[in-house]
Amino acid sequence: MRVNFTVNGRPQEADDVWEGESLLYVLRERMGLPGSKNACEQGECGSCTVRLDGVPVCSCLVAAGQAEGREVVTVEGLADYAQHREDAHPGGACGTGGCGTGLDEAKRWQAKPAQDSQTGEGIELSPIQQAFIDAGAVQCGFCTPGLLVAADEMLERNPSPTDADIREALSGNLCRCTGYEKILDAVRLAAARQERQGEAV
Amino acid sequence: MAQNTRTAPVGTPTDVTQNHVKGGIGESTLRPDGTLKVTGEFAYSSDMWHEDMLWGQILRSTVAHAEIVSIDTTEALTMDGVYAVLTHEDLPAAKNYGMEFQDTPVLAYGKVRHHGEPVALVAADHPETARRAAAKIKVEYRELPVITDEASALAPDAILVHENRDDHHSGHVPHPNIVHRQPIIRGNADEAAERADVIVKGEYTFGMQDQAFLGPESGLAVPAEDGGVDLYVATQWLHSDLKQIAPCLGLPEEKVRMTMAGVGGAFGGREDISMQILASILALRTGKPVKMVYNRYESFFGHVHRHPAKLYYEHGATKDGKLTHMKCKIVLDGGAYASSTASVVGNASSLSVGPYVIDDVEIEAIGLYTNNPPCGAMRGFGAVQACFAYEAQMDKLAAKLGMDPVELRQLNAMEQGTIMPTGQVVDSPAPVAELLRRVKARPMPPERQWETAGEGADVRALPGGLSNTSHGEGVVRGVGYAVGIKNVGFSEGFDDYSTAKIRIEVINGEAVATVHTAMAEVGQGGVTIHAQIARTELGVQQVTIHPADTQVGSAGSTSAGRQTYMTGGAIKNSCELVREKVLEIGRRKFGSYHPAWANAELLLEGGKVVTDGGEALASIADVLENEVVEIEEEWRHRPTQAFDLVTGQGDGHVQYAFAAHRAVVEVDTELGLVKVIELACAQDVGKAVNPLSVVGQIQGGTTQGLGVAVMEEIIVDPKTAKVRNPSFTDYLIPTILDTPTIPVDYLELADPNAPYGVRGIGEAPTLSSTPAVLAAIRAATGLELNKTPVRPEALTGTL
Repeated sequence: MRVNFTVNGRPQEADDVWEGESLLYVLRERMGLPGSKNACEQGECGSCTVRLDGVPVCSCLVAAGQAEGREVVTVEGLADYAQHREDAHPGGACGTGGCGTGLDEAKRWQAKPAQDSQTGEGIELSPIQQAFIDAGAVQCGFCTPGLLVAADEMLERNPSPTDADIREALSGNLCRCTGYEKILDAVRLAAARQERQGEAV
Repeated sequence: MAQNTRTAPVGTPTDVTQNHVKGGIGESTLRPDGTLKVTGEFAYSSDMWHEDMLWGQILRSTVAHAEIVSIDTTEALTMDGVYAVLTHEDLPAAKNYGMEFQDTPVLAYGKVRHHGEPVALVAADHPETARRAAAKIKVEYRELPVITDEASALAPDAILVHENRDDHHSGHVPHPNIVHRQPIIRGNADEAAERADVIVKGEYTFGMQDQAFLGPESGLAVPAEDGGVDLYVATQWLHSDLKQIAPCLGLPEEKVRMTMAGVGGAFGGREDISMQILASILALRTGKPVKMVYNRYESFFGHVHRHPAKLYYEHGATKDGKLTHMKCKIVLDGGAYASSTASVVGNASSLSVGPYVIDDVEIEAIGLYTNNPPCGAMRGFGAVQACFAYEAQMDKLAAKLGMDPVELRQLNAMEQGTIMPTGQVVDSPAPVAELLRRVKARPMPPERQWETAGEGADVRALPGGLSNTSHGEGVVRGVGYAVGIKNVGFSEGFDDYSTAKIRIEVINGEAVATVHTAMAEVGQGGVTIHAQIARTELGVQQVTIHPADTQVGSAGSTSAGRQTYMTGGAIKNSCELVREKVLEIGRRKFGSYHPAWANAELLLEGGKVVTDGGEALASIADVLENEVVEIEEEWRHRPTQAFDLVTGQGDGHVQYAFAAHRAVVEVDTELGLVKVIELACAQDVGKAVNPLSVVGQIQGGTTQGLGVAVMEEIIVDPKTAKVRNPSFTDYLIPTILDTPTIPVDYLELADPNAPYGVRGIGEAPTLSSTPAVLAAIRAATGLELNKTPVRPEALTGTL
């Protein structure tokens, strides 16, 4: 079957999709967007978390056909989504359709070098992405994309979360490396920075 | 020649690590792969993609112990989209592999020995086609009785798991179902026991833990024009894999070119081969690139686990608290194949006393062959199980003596100069008493944190959390302590070395260093530290970390807390040699201009050659101009010895690491639910090369210890030896709600024998975390609790 949907603000169509394929499989193997991770593929670990019409879901549990006509945001589009949050939400990462990764581009996906990995100089990162780097919340990083999408969505809903709020919001995302302390630090840091930015505006 | 045939797939790590990190030794430099990891662009092994690639799928045995009567692949072969269906008959060369013993079949032949053993192999154009084809393969089994424990393994008429052993331990073990036995006898435990005023005995059971790394076993094998294969895979030790893979493919090692793909955690679970050989065989057979990715269910069968153990301990002490003697027997279940069981046995026995001074000991550790899932390396490697038992014994002894449990430990704590039960002198700092003091001195977390002003209880802070099972009634608090000792690096005479190739050249007018090693970055942050070392040693700002591959010598395994010590040491050593070369060139070019070139101690700093007085003589760029200096050298730590097979004596270990924990828990005694409130750690790290990473490693290790204390266990049916819970639904690892705050206090007491004084970090916190939580639960409930994990039924008496 053919599935038409929007990924990171860009309309996409996937052909020859088998009915049983998950949204996760289509994103990773057909769209060339491997940022959403395949850790358990049964909705237990949260590594494949994406936003479907703004709502965080485990993309491994969404049949690809269910995404028909809908808006998907993956970790690859997170920075862009955060930048356009005000005008794009709900239901679209990019109002103009000019953002995100095009299909041809996506299929040629390569792991690219960063210009300066420390500061993210030259690369637009969302506040939560930057905070994960700064707080040391990334170790092996396999859980990171899902945690980022979930944390970003929580901060959108709840800009000043308590620790209990953060723990509750991220309880569906397993991490085996960090012991979660630095993930908490990162979310607190992102919230604080956003608050400061808000005050400045 | 080899390079010419190489075909790089999309997502090759070649691009990944050309990032620049700033900061030298001792700074909290950020990860060079951080940006790629937060943007989803980091290429993990399961992200590899190649035009025209096929998907590999394994058919695994549904029974634990059986003769294979027949395998029928006819129907699978006729399916559309299927390119190959293989059994052991199709294997090109050696049929077995293994790290220490070559006892593991690539694909089962004759027999299967555990549930989930690979039996057949499929390659197809879609993963679902491959799965369906595998399901069409018909295997007829004739089931055999299963060996699942010490009694069934060592019964006089026991079936042998491996009938014809000829490994290096088979000659001395008392029974062929014992992989290895290591006694340690020092002093006279029986005589010393007569001096004891109190004696405590205990039997402890440690459950089977899984590494549960998040990135599944996966990789991509690409057939090459020269008949070889290029393999992109997540592993802990490329060269160990290579040694095992090449004979099974019937290829010389130079035709198996391995590149490290992004690793999603390891914790010991990637030390053994998983899909490497199978994907390569499929690629060579079909002539197409083959990707293999285990799903989570398969991952539970696809790697070895932590050895479950039974531990029998006896300790004695005088009434003033001095330990008189210790006797113990440790039985580790190695499962169907040896993996690293023999080394785990060596560790468990040599570290069974813990970080205490006891002159008279009688120790025996054995590792069994059974039909349970194979067990091998996991963070803590044999020391974890022992720590669980000896720390429970310390509490028991303290209770019997009416002493404070921390004081008892401090009274008997080892220190620099202590003699281990193996006769080895501990010749670097061993701040055991101090670590305990630090966790004890920390302020306690406030009581009844769930109480909120005027609004009743915040149930999220209570045991049971959001399930709203309690509002504080029946909740009791307990506090527990533990401390542990772990060896660092490979022991018992193993030729443990690492290799580093360092290059320095001028690019765009600036001196740039490249660090090329085969070290597996599994998340621990080695790539960060390697650049810090090169930057410090060579005085350059720009350092590129070359992707890890087999085009450079072995770095050894990313395990045993050894990589900062070993590959860090290799980089330091190679950098020093590079520095000498640079200075040689400088002397040649500029030596006549300034006497300091000949007379002074010269350093490389801030891109310049400087004297020890701080005078800059020339920029490194001017010294080098178009010259390139490149050196590849192996580097070794001081040698160790094998333990004597009768007495266990020998200088077997390189270095020791120490960590202590204080756990504060709250238990809902009605429902048997545990909430860990705080799990504070104090650890000696020798030198914190990167403080941010140090704390992250300690918190991560602590959490894995917490997991095994209260929830983690692979459950194997004792009647059938089948695994009951191979999923994240049923095998539970701690979530952010299960994990408390983990304050970390680290000491930096340099080990004079280690580069920069470093001490392995990643493993020690996994040891003491578990017994500290158990001690706290015992303190809260008054129950004995001699088994991990503590399940609700053990707390409510409904077992």
